[in-house]
Amino acid sequence: MKYLDEFRDPDLALQLIDEIAAITTRHHVLMEVCGGQTHSIIRNGIDRLLPDDIEMVHGPGCPVCVTPLETIDKALEIASRDGVIFCSFGDMLRVPGSGRDLFSVKSAGGDVRIVYSPLDAVQIAKDNPDREVVFFGIGFETTAPANAMAVYQAEQEGLTNFSMLVSHVLVPPAMRAILDSPTNRVEAFLAAGHVCSVMGFEEYLPIVEEYGTPIVVTGFEPIDLLRGIKAAVLQLEEGRAEVENAYERAVTREGNLPAQQMIDDVFGTIDRNWRGIGAIPQSGWALSERFQTFDAAERFTVTGIDTVESPLCRAGEVLRGTLKPDQCPAFGKECTPRTPLGATMVSAEGACAAYYLYGRFREMEAKP
Amino acid sequence: MSVENWTCPMPLRDHPAIVMGHGGGGQLSAELIEHLFVPAFGDGQLTELADAAVLDPGGPISFSTDTFTVHPRFFPGGDIGELAVNGTVNDVAMRGAVPRYLSVGFILEEGLPMAELGVIVESMARAARHAGVTIVTGDTKVVDRGHGDGIYINTTGIGIMRADADIRPQRAQPDDAIIVSGTMGDHGMAIMSVREGLEFESSIASDSAALNHMINDVLDTGADVHVLRDPTRGGLAASLNEIAVAADVGVLIDERSIPVDRTVAAACEMLGMDPMYVANEGKVVAFVPADDADLVLKAMRSHPEGANAAIIGEVTDTHRGMVAARTPLGATRVVDMQVGEQLPRIC
Repeated sequence: MKYLDEFRDPDLALQLIDEIAAITTRHHVLMEVCGGQTHSIIRNGIDRLLPDDIEMVHGPGCPVCVTPLETIDKALEIASRDGVIFCSFGDMLRVPGSGRDLFSVKSAGGDVRIVYSPLDAVQIAKDNPDREVVFFGIGFETTAPANAMAVYQAEQEGLTNFSMLVSHVLVPPAMRAILDSPTNRVEAFLAAGHVCSVMGFEEYLPIVEEYGTPIVVTGFEPIDLLRGIKAAVLQLEEGRAEVENAYERAVTREGNLPAQQMIDDVFGTIDRNWRGIGAIPQSGWALSERFQTFDAAERFTVTGIDTVESPLCRAGEVLRGTLKPDQCPAFGKECTPRTPLGATMVSAEGACAAYYLYGRFREMEAKP
Repeated sequence: MSVENWTCPMPLRDHPAIVMGHGGGGQLSAELIEHLFVPAFGDGQLTELADAAVLDPGGPISFSTDTFTVHPRFFPGGDIGELAVNGTVNDVAMRGAVPRYLSVGFILEEGLPMAELGVIVESMARAARHAGVTIVTGDTKVVDRGHGDGIYINTTGIGIMRADADIRPQRAQPDDAIIVSGTMGDHGMAIMSVREGLEFESSIASDSAALNHMINDVLDTGADVHVLRDPTRGGLAASLNEIAVAADVGVLIDERSIPVDRTVAAACEMLGMDPMYVANEGKVVAFVPADDADLVLKAMRSHPEGANAAIIGEVTDTHRGMVAARTPLGATRVVDMQVGEQLPRIC
């Protein structure tokens, strides 16, 4: 496939791995922020091909994993109501709330629909004027422009039956929270390429300055990841800390300005709870005052939510990079993709799911 | 034939859509059979309108049933009708039998446009003729509006076993070569591209096809085919896992050698899906002794539905019961079964 194959070139990958090995003189801990990067690293076995001294820890960049349990329970309750069409990205349907997921709501009669774009949910609202259409607007900066556009469009078209349950989260405050943690081991970040394609990378400059931690904007294919890793290792070895762009084909310094404008128009920054991590100040977006009427949390009064998180699940530590998925005692035992205790085991971007899906060959090789 | 261009047979024109009476056993049922089913399927015993068909297969048979529900009913590259015929024909052929007879059971939802049923029935007739099977018996029921998804079709097939075939999952053995007859994931992505809420512009067409003629030619080569399986739901990954467990062998595939159409690969990238887990409706995965692999490949490639056949891996006596894949970078990973259906990712 043109424009992907060249970023999966095995010869080039092995050459980059050699180059990384050649510049590595001591142990380094790198965090890839985005769950998409985690999956690519594990699926391709990049972590096993890297020198032993390069330790990859997996970041919080899995939107469904960090969506607060309370919000998920709220979504489940709204989706169960008569007269509601509840639209969501597919990845969200299997995420466990307190005891159930959107799939079980669907099977119990709730009208739950998978859409690929929030604009499809707006269309569904237009097609079903007698139903309330709710879109579960979650994600990092990457999904925000399309979610903002959906709300904006609904307003322009005067739709009164469309609303959004918003739970947007932001990368820079999460990076700060990780670096501020007393147990932090992360020495450099691979920033999430998709997020930066929207936001650019200027907002990382103060973090680098303040903490002295290198940040390398990195893509998702093996060559992208290895180039990001190499740049980060080189900075650490040379004692530099800079923001570097190793995903030039998609990311510019200032990012996508019209998309940022759309986000500014529709959302405002708020404090946000992260599932497994806790409250992070000024780490989320919610609908701004002008668009309050489209806020599903306002439109539907949901009371009596009593969130119950599994006591065995240590997803929070996994999301902070202080625990590897297979170090969790429940991993592969009480917790599997079939019986997930936390969202990290079900999401296409969850680190536990990546380890379970792709990582178990290690064990197999150890005891043939 | 499109739904718009379908010409409704005269006596059926009073009802542009299915009504409860079409399944009631009375005059409306009879008209449906006489003017739609018999003209389309009626080159065998169906024309006798007896309660059951009488068959004389003259030896061991392979016997399989499958029920088809697909949304939307018409999709790029096919429709539920031809899928229902090809699906069962293929299941029967996977045991090394020559498919001969089919039964067809319809569950129709009140309100289904008659023209849609007409086109689906004609499509089934065409698929049956192409596969060389005869529809010998059938049944129609109608359910209240809102109690079905337009149309469900069950087909059951009977094939005559070839004397030289002993094909079953348990026969997979170490050193077998694993061959797929073509690109993976075409059907699932074709359906995905037209599913409500996920539509995207693409040229992807379903691979729905009857494979019995190709399989017959493969067996005619004299190759000792150990296992055949059509990787439908769950895709290649599910088929390989089932075989690895059934035969208690390891399966090792080379990711790069799996044929995937460029557009399908791009669509999978976009939605965050793995073609290995996406359904096929006109492909077979074959386990054959390594020495027979070239023979089998050549026979497959002589058919249009096998043009992209390729060897994708081998059977091992390590990691029994599991499927592993060699990644392009040379690492190895487990290829597990999906828990549920694959879901499009967020970003």
